[in-house]
Amino acid sequence: MTLTTDEFVPASGNDDAAQLLTDQEQQWVDKFMDETTLFLGPDPAIMRHHEIMPRTAYEEECIAKGIDPLEIDRIRKRLAGALDEAFEMCESMGAAPGAKWADLSCAVYTAEGDVTYLSNRGVIAFSSVLHHPIRYIMKNWKDEPTVGINEGDGFFHNDSRFGMVHNTDQSMLVPVIRGGIIIAWVGATIHEGENGACEPGGMPSGSETPFDDGLRASPIKIVEKGHLRRDLLTFLQHSTRDPKLMLADIKVKMGAVRRIMDTVDRLIDEVGQETFVASLRVTVEDVETEVRRRIAELPDGTVTFNQFVDSTLKENILIKFACKITIKGERMIVDLTGTGPEILNRAINSPLASTKAFMVQAILSYWWPDLPRSTGAMSPIEVITEEHSWADAGYDAPVGQSLQASFRGFSALQSAFAKMQFSAPQKYSNVVAPWFNQINDFLWGGTTQNGEQVGNLCADLNGMGGGAKAFRDGEDAVAPLFCAMADIGEQEVMEEEVPFLQLVSKRLVRDNQGFGKFRGGMGYEMMVASRGTPSWGFMTVTSGSKFSSVPGMFGGYGCPVYPLAMVKNVNIYDIIKKDPTQFNLSMERVMNEQPFEGGDYQSSHMGLQFDVAKEGELYMIAQGAGGGYGDVLERDPELVVTDLELDRISAHTASTMYGVVWEPGTYVVHEHQTAELRAQMRRDRISRGTPYKEFVQKFVQEEPPAELHYFGSWGQDDDENLIATHWGGAEPERVKGKLAELPLIMIPDRRVLKIGKLEARVRELEKKYGEVVAHKS
Amino acid sequence: MRVPMTEYLLIDLDTERWICRVCAHDFGDARGNYKEGTLVYDRDPREIHPPVIDPEKYEFTFSPDPTFCRILEFYCPTCGTQIEAEYLPPGHPPTVDMLWDIDSLREKWEAHGGNPEEIVNYGPGENAETDLSARFDSVSAHSHSHRTEGR
Repeated sequence: MTLTTDEFVPASGNDDAAQLLTDQEQQWVDKFMDETTLFLGPDPAIMRHHEIMPRTAYEEECIAKGIDPLEIDRIRKRLAGALDEAFEMCESMGAAPGAKWADLSCAVYTAEGDVTYLSNRGVIAFSSVLHHPIRYIMKNWKDEPTVGINEGDGFFHNDSRFGMVHNTDQSMLVPVIRGGIIIAWVGATIHEGENGACEPGGMPSGSETPFDDGLRASPIKIVEKGHLRRDLLTFLQHSTRDPKLMLADIKVKMGAVRRIMDTVDRLIDEVGQETFVASLRVTVEDVETEVRRRIAELPDGTVTFNQFVDSTLKENILIKFACKITIKGERMIVDLTGTGPEILNRAINSPLASTKAFMVQAILSYWWPDLPRSTGAMSPIEVITEEHSWADAGYDAPVGQSLQASFRGFSALQSAFAKMQFSAPQKYSNVVAPWFNQINDFLWGGTTQNGEQVGNLCADLNGMGGGAKAFRDGEDAVAPLFCAMADIGEQEVMEEEVPFLQLVSKRLVRDNQGFGKFRGGMGYEMMVASRGTPSWGFMTVTSGSKFSSVPGMFGGYGCPVYPLAMVKNVNIYDIIKKDPTQFNLSMERVMNEQPFEGGDYQSSHMGLQFDVAKEGELYMIAQGAGGGYGDVLERDPELVVTDLELDRISAHTASTMYGVVWEPGTYVVHEHQTAELRAQMRRDRISRGTPYKEFVQKFVQEEPPAELHYFGSWGQDDDENLIATHWGGAEPERVKGKLAELPLIMIPDRRVLKIGKLEARVRELEKKYGEVVAHKS
Repeated sequence: MRVPMTEYLLIDLDTERWICRVCAHDFGDARGNYKEGTLVYDRDPREIHPPVIDPEKYEFTFSPDPTFCRILEFYCPTCGTQIEAEYLPPGHPPTVDMLWDIDSLREKWEAHGGNPEEIVNYGPGENAETDLSARFDSVSAHSHSHRTEGR
């Protein structure tokens, strides 16, 4: 843990005045701390701040020499071109599956680490969080005699506690040095996947301590004066399951960054070092200024958007992600008070910087996509949060599947914005319902048909359904929330490298929609089975099997929930070989008809820890849908029957949800009967609805149902006081208090709990039937 | 001056009231929570999201678990339009999702000088251009409560 003297605060808030230090004593303590730092961990002075840095003296000097806006614009465009070229290099040459599907980004930073510009494609959140490690490097390694920063050096890190979206990503950060001065940084980040965690693939849902999260690389100088350090490279390769991936992609990132540096070198030669530095700085400041102006265009007020997440990825719970966004003039305050506490032995917690990175994703992709992609976009926005909530995890909390919390940071901003911007006279993006926000995808690992050890994931996570717009349906499986132009990959290409087949792929699941006047984009089902491998396994890392992950907007409905379905103890390849008609596979048919004799048919939530997949055993999931927009009874009946004809919705949905009457066989809408049915459905609403105050009296309870393992505030009037479920003894108990007052939250192993219940049942039956059994412990 | 605030709600700055954009129903003080003027229904989420796999055989089916999740449907008491659908744990207080500073809203629009009902749209792009003026202006008082789908 960091022990920096500038963060040290003498004991206070304590009546014992004798404990206060004199100035002299304080100096001694400071000196002692300076000389005895154990190690330089994440620095709160860096990690808890997202604002752009003040101008340096050199930046002041450069800007003072004059700014030509046109020249700055030309420099930005040249940088954008270089970054896009570097992006394509990573995409074309990257070994990581994620790289091939655009889960990466490249960026240029100021000397102090503020993002000036990102590649137009790729994951905004990746690069927008890297000011933290750059500031760490500048603070700790620049003047450190054993490290230093020189031309040709390159720094690597992956630990999100130092600033990274999550630990599966790896960076290459390279300084731009002129005349011995660091004037900028360039960088590339790729979702590499495998990182040596307790499960393959780099996003372990099974992680129970930070040490299960895998590689914990703080910023290290992996490239020294242009040469890749073999000793550190060996360490990294030795620490993960896929040494080839590690080697290949470090080199890919070095190459991509070199290409950006070529453009930077030419630019500096052309425009001069000072103009270059001024242009980087001015871009960051201009974006910040423009964001303040755009905030002021929004109506003053408060929009609240609470989310409820139903899983730790090991068991079902309900944990709140609270968010109130207040606009007052040029100020915007995002307040996460009321969010549930971190769970110290579950993987779903997120470091604050990662949560904020996805707020930047929402701002630059969904609010103001026309802005230069810069740190300045988030800088003016104030964030209120408390360390040790699950959206602001402490150092000792596992964060292996931090996307569970950080994606909620995205959804909080993306979803609330429809209400924030609806009445604004000037909009820079369309009014849109919530985007799907879960990683409905298979992670995998084991030995390939080529004899290699691998661990990674399918590209289907990139097939999230888009939210409905105010004027059109959401697009099916269009893009993940974190990357506007990602690819869902070519399964046939993947099958050459990994030993499983997607037996069903890209088939839409009927009624998997966020219904509305305009419906959300749909998700598709995936069915996989391993083949030709000595050892293989699958994982899933998703919540939202009991509580819908995204709601709709303005009367539209949210997505359904998503199960994991499995058929164990079968070999589908043998079955199909004997009877090819059995290749008629869908989750609905397989699970409902149970056609394979001897199969063990199971459904569960979508938190599956590494599960050994014997040849031909079936694993089935569905990608998620975006939220719907507007009242279902306003949906154009022709759109309803079109969906019906394409088997996107059931007849039940068309009639009971959308209130459409049609001619079976021809799908011709009976307009008059439809209008009558809809009018009746509106009257039915009025008839069954209860006046708000009366409803609240009946519906609202003082606290959650007793059997629900709940975490977070209850309501919004008293967000500082949280409810949590604590296993202090054998049985869970409900505890209440401010975040700092709550006991540490750890959840017992669900298998131990299950065994306990089964043993109790055995004893009950023994007693009932008079069987005498000597139980020894 | 009337400002479209959502797909189905506007704020009348002259009267400072939340008004239904479809039928002119008055939901209450624009400085407060519009939901207080709605009718609410506690919907079993399984009715909206039907199971794909058999709930008799499986716990996880594509349908939300009603012991975890309820859908609160908020209706206009006059025209029956579904203004909002909120997913909540059972017994959780409905969210006060929007509270606006009416003085600031008035100042901003007065400074702007335009008519919000003519200016507000769904954002950039030709297909996002729309008429967000109150729908009840275009129908007779008699038919307010009998509006059907579409515009």
